[in-house]
Amino acid sequence: MNSKVFAALVLAVAIVTPLSADARNDAKKQVEFGITVAQRGLWREAIYRWERATQIDPSYAAAHNNLAIAYEHEGDLAKARVSYEKAIELEPGNALIKQNYELFREINDRTTRTKDTQ
Amino acid sequence: MIGRLALKTLSSVVAIFLIAGCANYFEIPIETPIKPKLDVSPFQRVLVAGFISGGTDDVDGNLETTRLLRSQLRTKSELRVIDADVLPLVDAAEDSGAGNGAAARPAGETPRQASDAKEPEIKDDKDLEAFEHLFADVEYWKKIGEEYQGPLIVTGTIMFTPQSRSGFVQREQEVFDSFGRRRVVPVRTYQERKGFRLKPKFVFIDGRNGTTLYSESFSEEILYNTNQSTPALSSYFELMDRLLPSFLNTLSSQKVKGTRVLLQ
Repeated sequence: MNSKVFAALVLAVAIVTPLSADARNDAKKQVEFGITVAQRGLWREAIYRWERATQIDPSYAAAHNNLAIAYEHEGDLAKARVSYEKAIELEPGNALIKQNYELFREINDRTTRTKDTQ
Repeated sequence: MIGRLALKTLSSVVAIFLIAGCANYFEIPIETPIKPKLDVSPFQRVLVAGFISGGTDDVDGNLETTRLLRSQLRTKSELRVIDADVLPLVDAAEDSGAGNGAAARPAGETPRQASDAKEPEIKDDKDLEAFEHLFADVEYWKKIGEEYQGPLIVTGTIMFTPQSRSGFVQREQEVFDSFGRRRVVPVRTYQERKGFRLKPKFVFIDGRNGTTLYSESFSEEILYNTNQSTPALSSYFELMDRLLPSFLNTLSSQKVKGTRVLLQ
């Protein structure tokens, strides 16, 4: 019985590992293409690519970071915040993501500054 | 010897390729559009009515702010700016606040006597509070609005006060070691500094019915070394320059330029 369980576990690991590696590779291709189009000013296409990347590999911090930047560029600050926070959650030690987030917050705080009345 | 040199060169080349291979980030310029805080679509015109100002006598906060905001709105907003005399808001506050205005005028003095006399001195936030009731005087603003066919009215308070402070400040200093190599090190020094604080409150009033639509307060400060002589008016403009994007963003959309880092 134990040997069967062990065999099943080995099989599962053998299947899942290449799958996740494949997912990261596919996601990476989307991220790279997104960067190329963003550099040419095609931000909508970049958003599509980076959204695909996060769907393929939800643990890919760079894809969430790039998506946050694109949302910021499009003025969708609420979505940008969610994506930045996801990127930081996935890679809390990444100084570049943190730097992007700090710059974003500076702008976002300005727009959501406490008003006296409205 | 030649072998060692070749090895060093090879390792440098490998290092360069490794660094180049690891360049998995790209700096990219972005422009973040910021939506206006206030829906000004019902208005075609804006009246910067004037401000109740206090603090130093070196700068006329009322006139300078009115002039500056009008010129900024002319170029950076789609609303047509109404050219009109600056309203005497201090007098209006005294006349309007039969009850509240009492704080602004000495006991026993009638409103007429107060307006005939020299303008009251507003030196701090507490002095200013006595006049703030004017912004809630719907009838007064409705009347002003009727005179100018119901524009968006911009008014508020401006407090511009001198500041002086002493304490430790950190600055960077150049040092050279025995080999003549330059380094920059942080040094903490005790300094006496003086400057100004600007505390404006912008109030946006619907000229059609006199109600306040929105108001926002700011506080900015600038300090200089005591040996540096900076005119008050120059400090005022420097501080206003910091606030203007946020003020303009109340009425019109703005684009904030910056750079971010894309990751691979």
